[in-house]
Amino acid sequence: MNLPLPPTNGGCRTAPVLKERGQREVFCGLTGIIWLHRKMQDAFFLVVGSRTCAHLLQSAAGVMIFAEPRFGTAILEETDLAGMADAHQELDREVARLLERRPDIRQLFLVGSCPSEVIKIDLARAAERLTQVHAPHVRVLNYSGSGIETTFTQGEDACLASMVPVLKDTTARELLLVGALPDVVEDQMIDLLTKMGIDNIRLLPARRIDDTTAVGPNTVFALTQPFLGDTHAELERRGARHLAAPFPFGDEGTTAWLRTIAHEFGVSEEVFEQVTTAPRARARKAIAQAAEALNGKSVFFFPDSQLEIPLARFLTRECGMTAIEVGSPYIHDALHGPDLDLLPAGPQISEGQDVDKQLARARAARPDLTVCGLGLANPLEAEGLSTKWAIELVFTPVHFYEQAGDLAGLFSRPLRRKQALQLEAAE
Amino acid sequence: MKLTVWTYEGPTHVGAMRVATAMKGLHYVLHAPQGDTYADLLFTMIERRNHRPPVTYTTFQARDLGSDTASLFKSAAQDAVERFNPEAIIVGASCTAELIQDDPAGLAETMGLDIPVIPLELPSYSRKENFGADETFYQIVRTLAKAQERTKHVTCNILGPTALGFRARDNIEEITGLLEDLGISINVVAPFDATPTDIANIPAAHFNVLLTPETGEAACRWLEKTHNQPFTKVVPIGVGATRDFIAEVAQITGLPCKPDESRLRMPWWSKSVDSTYLTGKRVFIFGDGTHVAAHARIARDEMGFEVVGIGCYNREMARPIRALAKDYGLEALITDDYLAVEDAIQQAAPEMILGTQMERHIGKRLGIPCAVISAPVHVQDFPARYSPQVGFEGANVIFDTLIHPLVMGLEEHLLTMFRDDFEFHDAAGPSHHGGHSPKPAEEVSCSGEMKEEVAPSLDNVVWLTDAEKELKKIPFFVRGKARRNTEAFAAERGLAEISLDTLYEAKAHYAR
Repeated sequence: MNLPLPPTNGGCRTAPVLKERGQREVFCGLTGIIWLHRKMQDAFFLVVGSRTCAHLLQSAAGVMIFAEPRFGTAILEETDLAGMADAHQELDREVARLLERRPDIRQLFLVGSCPSEVIKIDLARAAERLTQVHAPHVRVLNYSGSGIETTFTQGEDACLASMVPVLKDTTARELLLVGALPDVVEDQMIDLLTKMGIDNIRLLPARRIDDTTAVGPNTVFALTQPFLGDTHAELERRGARHLAAPFPFGDEGTTAWLRTIAHEFGVSEEVFEQVTTAPRARARKAIAQAAEALNGKSVFFFPDSQLEIPLARFLTRECGMTAIEVGSPYIHDALHGPDLDLLPAGPQISEGQDVDKQLARARAARPDLTVCGLGLANPLEAEGLSTKWAIELVFTPVHFYEQAGDLAGLFSRPLRRKQALQLEAAE
Repeated sequence: MKLTVWTYEGPTHVGAMRVATAMKGLHYVLHAPQGDTYADLLFTMIERRNHRPPVTYTTFQARDLGSDTASLFKSAAQDAVERFNPEAIIVGASCTAELIQDDPAGLAETMGLDIPVIPLELPSYSRKENFGADETFYQIVRTLAKAQERTKHVTCNILGPTALGFRARDNIEEITGLLEDLGISINVVAPFDATPTDIANIPAAHFNVLLTPETGEAACRWLEKTHNQPFTKVVPIGVGATRDFIAEVAQITGLPCKPDESRLRMPWWSKSVDSTYLTGKRVFIFGDGTHVAAHARIARDEMGFEVVGIGCYNREMARPIRALAKDYGLEALITDDYLAVEDAIQQAAPEMILGTQMERHIGKRLGIPCAVISAPVHVQDFPARYSPQVGFEGANVIFDTLIHPLVMGLEEHLLTMFRDDFEFHDAAGPSHHGGHSPKPAEEVSCSGEMKEEVAPSLDNVVWLTDAEKELKKIPFFVRGKARRNTEAFAAERGLAEISLDTLYEAKAHYAR
């Protein structure tokens, strides 16, 4: 059993955490809609919010690329606030109009925003009522993607958590894989597990509502994304058991994640090796190429997506980098613990943010690479710091063996670019 | 409640940010929930700014709502003043903070700061981004401008350009050169690159140049009333408008104002024989009111296009744009619903669209070339090269911008002559666009909507197979028009069917 060895100087699981609160330079949970609406092909996300919400959605992802996106914002107007219009009647009207226009929609998410929560529009009640109106063709659920409740990827967590209570019951022994992945990555993941003989696999979210995802006391589940704390809690509430593991980034993370599942399902060491040896070798080779530029370099993570801890583990253990600070918006021991165990002691682990203070720390440390949000990246580049925009890590296929080289490449490209550009006059 | 997929304008506080980010020495303390910081990326990514917008967000969360968001605001404001040491601050609320009614203005007042504190009241649920910018700039000017003697020689201010404006950087440079050429010095440019001290000195100038009415008109009106500074009404976009602007400046200042037109190439480019193919091209114009008005004149009078649609998304400009459209024999489309714009474009079947990034997208879907002439902006609208819109160089730039999306003159003829050539066919698009050429055939099949094919036929006329086949041989950039003209022709004559002959009879009927 070649389980990953914990670092000799100890890991970071018990390291002191710097908890900060102040200005947070992060997206709100609505942003998750950008990838969720592509993942669930029969779903529509209706944000009940303000012009700011609509503007965020179109700005955050340069959204004009989508011909007809399966999301929209019901913008609250003065009449809604002054109580002159009944918000629920207005919502019913807009939903009816929308579903008439898009008969292909089978599930509708009413997504709460900061303003809808402050004025206390009860979207749970609305979802119940609308489900009755539009059943059986359309299922209506609700969750909050508001900035006052959720940080960036927590929006996906809230969305998936809202689906757990309506999953069908089962007593079958099944493996539930949780987290929205690009289709190509999802297919690779299923292929690896199927080759090991594990075929009772269900996905959350499924690509379409008709798929037969169910949950029960014999369900075991593995998370593919490190930001699904509420979904984790909801699944445990339904009696399912979590298989805790490092997240499947890089060779080591992918192997440890797969091994945890293989162990649970009694896959023999021989079969495991047979299935993983070739893709592992490919992953190592690809990582080694990209890691040349990363080896010996330092990295500083601003909090963004909760991917920071697993990625720091990958960069330090497989790419030869040194972490200076690893910031995460939230840290859940049940989710991030296995990765923290493997992350070599040394970096400052921080939770939450006071952005100006954190910028001061980054400027003092002058890391070779700073992983941060889009609002900070160009200003830091202008100060001479190389940066990697964190949002790309969420929008790019980066999980499992075949993407491990691409993942390292995302970090090495800014450094290679710095080397490649020769803009000064020749002496 | 109104369902929206895409908005032309952001919320009011983004307008305020455009003013704050354009300025130096000013800080914006914004009471806003976590997540509203997304707006920073508009400036750092789209405009490639090398510093963070000077905005401190209180970023309150749900757990703060029960306790004390007001003290959160005060500590954020205090920290911001200490950290950034601004000459003045503006304070306000985003849409959510407006609902919790903490009154940032009142709170800031009680803090006893020794710098000017300018409170903003920007109604988030009834107004939009341009109003936010206009109102913010007006409040800043109103608070900071100091009555003073005029400069000895003739000077003016250039007012209106903000961050995220349409070519603001280059427009300022071009108009500055033009005015200096006329013997007029620039006193202050604002808000772009202005400090609060600069704003205080605005009244020293003899008059104001209002470069962007959307974001500077309220301030200019107030300066005219309070400091007796006239302001220019013509926005110098296009050859004719630039000449009118110069005449207006001459009238205000009494200076002779003889401009140097030696670098102006646009009129000859329009008159040269190659441009014959532009004559009568049917264009649909949509954007902000100022750019639409300017481009309507350029399109008709300086390019020889036929304007078949005019509209704007900012309601503040509805009245002048309606009047303008009437002048062109059209009904103006005033809406911020892009689906309505798409419908109108489809109905008008133009050969080209002059619009915003959204119309570029609509054009891509409908297979109609589009030139972007107005905000809202995208990273592509911040070119590295010098690319003004105003003045004589601006006219040169606009000529290039308007012809770039089109199939070139001779190429257009060849496409018509050799319709069935497998390599050189209309679906390949303009030859200078490489991989970006529109592919109408594919578009139709993948959108699943078959837009063109199910375009509502007038009076249910039926296309016979031969005629339908012939129609497909007509280059895509005129196909929509040919279809509409033929159907109208058939309907007028009460024909139920369109044959090959009907198609050509219609062609002869509409020949120009």
